[in-house]
Amino acid sequence: MTIKEQQDRIIEDFEVFGDWMEKYEYIIQLGKDLPLIDPKYKTDDNLIRGCQSKVWLQAELQDGKLVFTADSDAVITKGLVSLVIQVLSGHAPKDIAEAEIYCIDAIGLTSHLSPTRSNGLLSMLKQMKLYAVAFQAKSMQN
Amino acid sequence: METATAQDIIWPEVELIRNEFPILQQTVNGRPLVYLDNGATTQKPVSVIRSMQEYYTQYNSNVHRGVHTLSQQATTAYEAARHAVAAFIGAHHHEVVFTKGTTDAINLVAAGFRKTILKEGDEIIISAMEHHSNIVPWQLACEEKGAKLKVVPISDKGELDMDAFRSMLNPRVKLVSITWISNTLGTVNPVHDIIALAHEQGIPVMLDAAQAAAHTPIKVHELDVDFLALSGHKLFGPTGIGILFGKESWLEQLPPYQGGGDMIKHVTFEKTTYADVPLKFEAGTPAICEAIGLGAAVAWVNRIGIHKIQAYEHQLTEYAVAALKQIEGLRFIGEARHRSGAISFLVGDTHPSDVGVLLDQQGIAVRTGHHCTQPLCDRFGIPGTVRASLAVYNTTADIDRLVEGVRKAVTLLG
Repeated sequence: MTIKEQQDRIIEDFEVFGDWMEKYEYIIQLGKDLPLIDPKYKTDDNLIRGCQSKVWLQAELQDGKLVFTADSDAVITKGLVSLVIQVLSGHAPKDIAEAEIYCIDAIGLTSHLSPTRSNGLLSMLKQMKLYAVAFQAKSMQN
Repeated sequence: METATAQDIIWPEVELIRNEFPILQQTVNGRPLVYLDNGATTQKPVSVIRSMQEYYTQYNSNVHRGVHTLSQQATTAYEAARHAVAAFIGAHHHEVVFTKGTTDAINLVAAGFRKTILKEGDEIIISAMEHHSNIVPWQLACEEKGAKLKVVPISDKGELDMDAFRSMLNPRVKLVSITWISNTLGTVNPVHDIIALAHEQGIPVMLDAAQAAAHTPIKVHELDVDFLALSGHKLFGPTGIGILFGKESWLEQLPPYQGGGDMIKHVTFEKTTYADVPLKFEAGTPAICEAIGLGAAVAWVNRIGIHKIQAYEHQLTEYAVAALKQIEGLRFIGEARHRSGAISFLVGDTHPSDVGVLLDQQGIAVRTGHHCTQPLCDRFGIPGTVRASLAVYNTTADIDRLVEGVRKAVTLLG
């Protein structure tokens, strides 16, 4: 699936939820299901500090695709992180660098992306794009 | 201890008080707003909002300068606000400096001490429960002068270790700067004892009254405190205004904080003489409208009565603590015997930010995180807390909504 197709699938998934509780129940479940990051990657270098919660993000290039793993100390943040990873992980750096992320808005979680929320999600998205640009530049050098 | 029930705390005035706050009459995420983030900022009554609108629609003008009518009206209103705040804290009006807020007031004193008093090897005493704004200015001053910042430890209940404090007092200590009420723990510190003990050794005391002003009567001369700082926006007034109270002898002694207009007596390129206190510390055009708004806020509190506010909030806090205690797995961060304002807690192993997000979905505003007291959170080994902080317009119904909201959040997170 392309990044766009992944986002459209998530938007479709969220359409079934009747109220905020069902929506957050799902996000919390995603948070709990997010595969654990290898503890060796939970370093200060990989830490994205938000005011409210912490996010660790690890990026690796595997067969030309950028693979992300992540963790957070807050489960809702972790659920949101899981959504973003579903969308971006496993794609070519160029596609990630150029991707427009619209699914968070579309499922009504925009407030989590506002800079005032400072929960690390916005910083994480930026960081993922930075990784993509960096790996892209590196591959062009080679 | 017998717990107060909602019926015991009925205070008919509170509904009338709530009606004076337009912002409280709304729904958030489909539910009537429950505003419990008063430690961060309080809401504004209509009289404050109106006073500021009147200023801009009727007599906006610069102060202390013009001979024209509007300027004189503005100056009169600005100085009347200073008199009102001075009376509110039991000070003389020339001991009240308008500042941007508490942080600005603390920085003003820190800058003065750094320039003229603090020497290498000197000490400044703060406590383990200080807001960053009562840590960092002193840290900067101490680093620059080679002085030491000493920290009074606290107990697991969140009370100051007064024995430790006593033993820390010595002739090298140049100032004790301590919060009156903790913004995170809600602890009310024994400020009378702190001031008396410090004064026995000739050490001046500064109080951070940011969290005290809306909740407890302040009488600076009875306290005999040397400096006291508070913020307008935590006292039902606007942002961008606060005050520094300083004893006249101290304000005379400290050098100007910033240079500019309004703070001078006479300027030549060789030498400038400064205006008398408090104007010596008010360089540039001040926050005139905000000062007038703060004056209106003080008038509003006086109309309700700070003693009545204190008594009502005391009952409401007890009610809230008893109600929250019923939630399984909830533990309080801060269980001081004397408390006011803030109630901090954690539930089980849930993250405060998760609880905050789910309360927001239910129209309940609380603060989550470290509340600008990172060293304090480190002391308790926690990432932060969920903090409900009360004001006079909160009711037992607000507390009931909070308890119901926390239960729902914990179930979802479970």
